[in-house]
Amino acid sequence: MRFTLRRLRPQARTLAIVPPYAWLVLFFLLPFLLVVKISFSDMEFGIPPYGPLLHFEDEMVRIGLHLRGYILLFTDNLYVATYLSSLKMAAVTTLCCILIGYPMAYCIARANPRYRSLLLLGVILPFWTSLLLRVYAWIGILRNEGLLNQTLMWLGVIDAPLEIYRTDVAVYIGLVYTYLPFFILPLYAHLVKMDLRLLEAAYDLGAKPWRAFLSITLPLSRGGVIAGAMLVFIPTVGEFVIPELLGGANTLMIGRLMWTEFFSNTDWPMAAAVTCVMVLLLLVPLALFQFNQVRQLEERR
Amino acid sequence: MSSLPGFAAAPAREPAQRSDDFLQIIDVAKQYGDTLAVRGVSLGVERNELFALLGSSGCGKSTLLRMLAGFEAVSAGRIVLDGEDITGLPAYQRPVNMMFQSYALFPHMSVEANVAFGLRQEGVARAEIQDRVFAALDLVQMAAYGRRRPHQLSGGQQQRVALARSLVKRPKLLLLDEPMSALDKQIRQKTQIELTRILEQVGVTCIMVTHDQEEAMTMADRLAVMTDGMIVQCDTPHAVYEYPASRFVASFIGSTNLIDGVIVEDEPDHVLLESEALQQRLYLNHGVNEPLGMTVTVSIRPERLSLSRIPPAVPYNWSSAVVSHVAYLGSHTLYQVTVPSGQVLEASLPSLLLAEGAPALGEEVFIHWSADAATVLRT
Repeated sequence: MRFTLRRLRPQARTLAIVPPYAWLVLFFLLPFLLVVKISFSDMEFGIPPYGPLLHFEDEMVRIGLHLRGYILLFTDNLYVATYLSSLKMAAVTTLCCILIGYPMAYCIARANPRYRSLLLLGVILPFWTSLLLRVYAWIGILRNEGLLNQTLMWLGVIDAPLEIYRTDVAVYIGLVYTYLPFFILPLYAHLVKMDLRLLEAAYDLGAKPWRAFLSITLPLSRGGVIAGAMLVFIPTVGEFVIPELLGGANTLMIGRLMWTEFFSNTDWPMAAAVTCVMVLLLLVPLALFQFNQVRQLEERR
Repeated sequence: MSSLPGFAAAPAREPAQRSDDFLQIIDVAKQYGDTLAVRGVSLGVERNELFALLGSSGCGKSTLLRMLAGFEAVSAGRIVLDGEDITGLPAYQRPVNMMFQSYALFPHMSVEANVAFGLRQEGVARAEIQDRVFAALDLVQMAAYGRRRPHQLSGGQQQRVALARSLVKRPKLLLLDEPMSALDKQIRQKTQIELTRILEQVGVTCIMVTHDQEEAMTMADRLAVMTDGMIVQCDTPHAVYEYPASRFVASFIGSTNLIDGVIVEDEPDHVLLESEALQQRLYLNHGVNEPLGMTVTVSIRPERLSLSRIPPAVPYNWSSAVVSHVAYLGSHTLYQVTVPSGQVLEASLPSLLLAEGAPALGEEVFIHWSADAATVLRT
């Protein structure tokens, strides 16, 4: 009796795997398939503003895939330029986050444990305020008669206000500011659990502190850098709020483009096509990241 | 230091280090806040000597080792190695290499790269690095594993690689931090002998830290027993075991019987003690140079006690006793006997000699020992 009961009980392994998979199917895969479907539909006036893929006519089911959105995407220079510009902005933002975030994460990880949680709190603290409010605050700082320009002019560093607000520079400042914690936290987690005796061993073998950092700390924190860089790069590519509020008219980013297609032009199929291509663009780095994670895990075994 | 039997071997205040020693540790102290982890330790180690710092955890031995490596700043005192004062040198400039307790092999480098790391920092030519790395790995019989990563090796293999890495730079001083603690008990003793052989083969001055007295005695030429940040005795393993200087050393190194007695006769060549615990007086073949009537403690190792059924025909060094516990330990049998005062003494006898007519539980016996078996403890 006991034996049959045990057989009927699902394996613990299955139980552990099902919820995340169900979550992904329900909230990622199904919505995405809907978007893919819309991207192949024809634009129509009405509710919803797109036509069906399947037509039943003369005892025949016709599947009509409308490629207008995709063809436009690859023929109109505006779209290509926007994709490239988005990737460039995401790449520069990621690089800035690495350059600023690595020393910060390193200092926090090596700080006295008593102050460590306080410093970490400082990194997380901005999350307690809405992103929108924080971006508006940046407008107050960066605009021509804003805090920054007034201070610099009062100090006599500059004579005329710097034109930062409504330029790409303002977007970069906003992006780096917003996504820096996403880089610092995973890297910090990596650095803080590093075995410091490895550094002692390096010193003991004659490595000066700088050499020990380059040959021990840096390679061992690679996983943290990659994880942090992905967490910055991926959402930055599709970012909408920051370029919309801080950027100028010629700040090209996919998020803004999607917004325009969706709300201004009410062209759902076009917006959906833009989205699908962007997801594909992001899947490549994600897949690379996953590959790297798996390889590291296997190496450790 | 002399290893002559008797009181003279105890830490008489002769200088702990001489100016011609290869390594001189001079009044070195380490202070953390208000606590003194190491209180003015002085020590001399000769060239190519294998020296052990022995003590329980928190006795300051690891702190002393870390000061020698350069990981901890010295609060007071000096460290002189081969005539050069290295007290203020950072770890990466000292001709000192350490084998870490956890081995601290770099996980992202191959075995070869780990061993080559120290030579690369020195800027040794590529071809020479290759030769020396191979020679070092060959020495520890790991030459076939050069391309592996540390996590692909067993604990014993990792230890060999760590040893090769700490020897490849030909350090003037090699530090071993609890070298056997990460190994299984079965392979420990074999590894101790193997490690000693390798160290003798390359000829390196070596200081090891351990809490395992057996390990220290197996490997070291000389050892220092530390407690509370101080060295309480420093001598050869034989002398420390046979002539412990204090109650602490006597019970820390092996087990022992401690008997209190009052001095009734003190001559340069012998001392006579009156003890309440025993029926007969104790006769020791060395003088103590202390006033008559003073109470001292005597240490007698369990294996130095003998049991017999008839009273010994000498006036000293025996007592009647009742066997209160017998434990067969294979090569030896441990007897606990109760003397008339109620004190329990331990005697360890070779099982082979007891094959016939071994005293049984509750039997009345006589315990006795020779004049050179007992040592007067100073503290």
